[in-house]
Formats: sequence, C-alpha cells, structure tokens
Amino acid sequence: MSDKKKTTNPNTYKFDTLSLHAGYQPHKNAGSRQVPIYQTTSYLFDDVDHAAALFNLERGGHIYSRISNPTVGVLEERVASLEGGTAALATSSGMSAIFLTVMTLCEAGDHLVVSSQLYGGTVNLFRLTLPKFGIKCTFVKPRDTEGFKKAIQKNTKGIFGELVGNPGNEIMNMPEIAKIAHDAGIPLMVDATYQTPYLCKPFEHGADIVIHSLTKWMAGHGSSMAGILVEGGKFDWMQNDKFPTMTKPYEGYHGLSFAEEFGPTAFTMKARAEGMRDFGPCLSPQNAWNVLQGIETLSVRMKKHCSNAEEMVKYLLDHKSVAWVSHPSVPDHPDHELAKKLLPNGRGSMIAFGIKGGKDAGVAFINNVKLASHLANVGDTRTLVIHPASGTHSQMDEATLKFAGLSHDMIRLSVGIEDINDIKNDFEIGFRAAIKPRLVSNQ
Amino acid sequence: MKFKVNNEEVYASTGGRPFDKNKPLIIFVHGSGLTHMTWVLQTRYFAFHGYSVLALDMPGHGLSGGKSLKSIEDMADWIKAVIDAVDYKEASLVGHSQGCLVTIECTSRYPDKIKTLSLMGGAGAIPMNPELLSLAENNDPKAVDLMMDWAHGPAGHFGGHPVPGLYHINTGGMLAKSRTIKDTLGVDFRACDNYKNGFEAAKKIKIPTLSILATDDKMCPVKEGKKLADLIEGSKVDIIDNCGHMMLLEEADRVLKVLKKFITTNYPSKFK
Repeated sequence: MSDKKKTTNPNTYKFDTLSLHAGYQPHKNAGSRQVPIYQTTSYLFDDVDHAAALFNLERGGHIYSRISNPTVGVLEERVASLEGGTAALATSSGMSAIFLTVMTLCEAGDHLVVSSQLYGGTVNLFRLTLPKFGIKCTFVKPRDTEGFKKAIQKNTKGIFGELVGNPGNEIMNMPEIAKIAHDAGIPLMVDATYQTPYLCKPFEHGADIVIHSLTKWMAGHGSSMAGILVEGGKFDWMQNDKFPTMTKPYEGYHGLSFAEEFGPTAFTMKARAEGMRDFGPCLSPQNAWNVLQGIETLSVRMKKHCSNAEEMVKYLLDHKSVAWVSHPSVPDHPDHELAKKLLPNGRGSMIAFGIKGGKDAGVAFINNVKLASHLANVGDTRTLVIHPASGTHSQMDEATLKFAGLSHDMIRLSVGIEDINDIKNDFEIGFRAAIKPRLVSNQ
Repeated sequence: MKFKVNNEEVYASTGGRPFDKNKPLIIFVHGSGLTHMTWVLQTRYFAFHGYSVLALDMPGHGLSGGKSLKSIEDMADWIKAVIDAVDYKEASLVGHSQGCLVTIECTSRYPDKIKTLSLMGGAGAIPMNPELLSLAENNDPKAVDLMMDWAHGPAGHFGGHPVPGLYHINTGGMLAKSRTIKDTLGVDFRACDNYKNGFEAAKKIKIPTLSILATDDKMCPVKEGKKLADLIEGSKVDIIDNCGHMMLLEEADRVLKVLKKFITTNYPSKFK
C-alpha cells in the first residue's frame, strides 16, 4: 500500500497544446475552427462612447490595424503563452521588433550595453542608426560576462544580446548577465530567434524582454516576414528613476503612467500605444496567419531540426575538408556546459564551420550545393547555407568582422528537416567542388 | 495616487484621471493575492465618465505599504478608513472574490457609508482547499499556478484577452507573484478560510446590490453566489456564460456592460 500523499497539479495547457490553441476562442469567431484572417484596416465603433473608450484605453478592442488586429492578436497571445510571458506585440519583422523595443525603452542621451555577436543588420542598427537618435551603445563580447558589468554607465537603460550569437554560436551566460542587469536596475533584452521557446524560455533564466524574428524557426516555412517582442512581466519599472517614460504621466494618453496602470504588461502597452502609433511597423494579418500555421508544428519541427543538426555536426567533424565546427553540442565548444543548462531540449540547428581552403573553397562549396539553398535567411524547414563575410555580414568592415568573431572561411549552415542522408550527399558535392580548384592550383 | 491610512501608505489607481473629490466615489477591492491592476478594464471607464475611482492595493499588496491584514473584518474596517482618509462621506463598492467578502462585511458594518454594492464571483463563504492554503502559506509558487488554473474557465485557459496581445493566465500569475506569496496570498487565503460571517452580514444589507456570477466559476460557483444573493434584499443577479472566476478579465466587456448599467442607474453621477 502506498503512503504517498496525493498532490494536485495545475491543469493549465502545456506547450504543444498552447502551440495549437492559445489566444483563440472559436465560439467568439462564428465557430471558425481555424483562426480567421481579419483582412481589414479598421473596426466599427458601436457609438461615440465606444470609440472614446477604445481611444482612452478604457476597454480592450481594435481601432485600426496599425495598432492591433484580431488575427495578429492571436499570434501575440500564442507567443506570449509559449514564452511564459504576460504580453506580446507582433511587428512586421524581427528588426522592427528590436527597434520598437529600444525606442520604447530609451530616449536620446541613453546608452545600451550590447553583445557584439549579432546578426549584421542588428549590429548596424546599434552601431550606426541608433546613435542618430542619440542612443549610444557599448559592444561587449558575449562570453565576457564581467565586460557587461564594466560597460554599464549611469545612463545605461538595458543590456541586449542574442542568446546564441549569430553566426559564431557563442552563448551569453544569460542568468549571470541578467543578474548584472538587475543589480544595476536595468532590464535584459534577449533575441531568442535561434532557440524559439521550444528550446529555451529566457524568462526562466532572468530575461525581461524576449525578441524573435518569427520569420525563422517559429514560422519555419520561409514565406512570411514577422517579428515580436514579448514581456516577462517581472521587471519593476518603478524601482528607480531610470525609466520616466514608463513611470511618469504620459502626455500622449491623458497623463497615463504605464507602469502604475498596467504593471506586468506595461512595456507592451507602451510599445503598442506609442510605438505602433508613431512608427507603425505593424504585421499584416495574412503574415500573422502564416506564422500561426508554422507555430502549430513548432515542437515537431524543432525536434527534427535538432536531431538533423547533431547528425550534421558529427558528419562535419569527421570530414577531411572541414577545418573546424562550431555548435554547442560539440564537447569542446567553450559553451557546451552552459548550453546543456540553457538549451535542455536541443542545442539548435545553426552550425558554423570553416572550410579548408578559405574564401575560395567557401565560394565553390556554396556555388555547387544543390539541395541546400544559398540565401540570407535561417530557420527555414529547408537547409540553408551562406558565407557570412560576403553575405549577411558584408556591410561590416574588416575590424568589425573580427570583433564579431567572423572569419573568411566560415560557412553558416541552418540545418533543415530534410532526410539527413540527402543533406549529407548534397554537402559531398559541395566539398568535392571546393577541393577541385585547389587541386588544379596545386598542379 | 498615494495617501495614508492608519499611518501606512496606500496606493490606488484612479483609472487614468485625476482624483476629483466632487465626483461620486467608486472603490474597487481586489481578490486574494492580487492588485489594483485586475480592475483596469472596469476602472478606466468610470474614471472617464463622471466618477472618482479608487482601485486599491490592499495593505501589503501591489504598491501599498504595510502588512497584509489578517481578517476579512479588519479589511472591512480598513475600507471604511479609506473612505474617511479621502474625505468622502460615502462610496459605492465593487469587489471580486475575496473582495466580495470584504465589501459585504464593510457594507453590513457601515451601512450609511455605502451606496451600492457590486459583487463579482462572490459567495457568503470561501472555504479554501487545504492543499492550496498550505502551498500559499509555505510560499510555494505552485499556489499561484493552481489559483490561475482554477480561476479561469475552460475558454479562459485558451486566452482571448480583450486587450490585444495580453495573455491573462500569465498576467494574473505575475500579479500574484509580485510580492512574497506567503505574505499576500497566504495571509489572504487564511483570512477567507476563517471568515464565517458572510451570510449574516448579507442579511443586513439594504442597499442596491448586484451579483455577477459566471457559469464556469470553480472557486465561487453560481449556486454559492445565488445563495448569497438570495439573502440580500432586492439583490440583482447577472450570470455570464462560458466564463470562469476571473470574469473581470475573461469577459471584461460583458462585466463592464452590466456594471455600468447597475452603477449609473443606482448611483448616478451628474458629471460627464
């Protein structure tokens, strides 16, 4: 006879169920089982009172699709639920989600501490574009945890980084860096595009704002641009006087204090009310719907992405044409142990490797693979390859490339979910082509 | 806004409008372990339509100072002290869940101070599940997770927040975790469990009273809400279908519509 006491556990829906259902109630949408595409710019008001109530944030609802849209709203709730966040705001792309996050947080004269290993476009946003708005940044290498602390200034308003850096696969010690941020009274913002909430939920490791390019693994199909910012709800904006635009009366909404009124959803409310109103990088309902189709199979796809990636890592490590392989699953990867902790469900499907023969071999490889697609995207269900130094990061000068940990022999591989042997066979064709020019020149 | 009651700082949302002592006052009283933020989709309407609103953070909760009050009776006296502190002679009360016990007790104790009473997800008694009570008193976050599970109806578990982009189970959970669980939820649950005077207090109430109940409310089921309403003379009952205990978020618009009609009829404001 068991003497175990029966305990009750919450029956809230789990990840796979939320991926299919969160944010949507069919009975409120004519019983439509699928999320409807609300292809409309604007919404009828019941009367003048109703209109005023919506504009005054007295009640929830939609006014104009730049600010919110019911289809987009389902996507926002779904991602918030999967991340364990309180609220989310979808945008037209991942870049606009980053921009909107920064502009919601910062004013001219503010400063950010930023990981140096980022997507090239993000580097340029922080390095060149934000200074035009009076927002300056200090870059720190992702593994230099103490460096993040040292870089914080009086006017620093947050720390930003990609959890696993693009494209070198260097991992930020998120729990430690979150502690540094919180000790300084500032939030940690993490771009977790590479992980999706299936591999890592950054809020459980101290992040305050999570950003995704939904274009990538979340959608998976490579058909639609989309981004999102998700709020964790724990950060106390009122703990210091660093965030007056969150805590002081806001002229744009009858003296509203977002932090006092909306607490754990204050950042998202401000990003929508101010950022979407004034900048307008809204997501189209069609693209939101497309992304929702992808999210329905997120966990199924991510498992295959990760298992294929681990197979490809073994294959590349054993290959005579490969100089080096960077993936957190490789035991001698400097962040191997940290990855086990932060990415327990899989280490992701981004691999960086160096091809013997340098830039010329890299070009030959990429020009000759047939199944793998040569393009400027990651996280498609199809296998993708690119040579970052001549592609995604080509707008960076030599010194910046070096600081970002990039080399001319590096090939970035986003492993798809095709049959693993077909991917390997395709790579053999690429490697053979990469060897040929060298053989010729040796003769 | 912030003010003092019993020498402790009190925070109350005024619904996004300045507090105006000339306007009739509505006080919103939150449920166990929660804060003023649960009322955001009701308070702002009244604040923009001729009323002064105080959505309170109870002592030790949200942005208020002090320690959580240990009994429903103490909370009822504290609400009366709030009315005095803001220099009003009378107010309308709106309560949710534990807030219903508090407002019933307050109305029975200070009948001249309270003009209307609106109860959401209320019952005459809220005996606590022993396991939930123990978890909360032992500061276990599972108490919040269980509360959020039971407090939302089947539809609410899918989300569908009236404010685009907000996911209410996680938002509610974060509110309940905003202070130390044992000091807020633990103390509140014990106060609810100990309170036995709800039905007697209800019999004394002679003011216009509205009970908003929800068909899928597991924490204060419809039959318990009706039992309470039957004891209040002339009490009105409105039942919201396909909705759980967190009706003020799950079905914010429907709740506001009923509340608006009741308050503007029974406690009209001459202000616009």
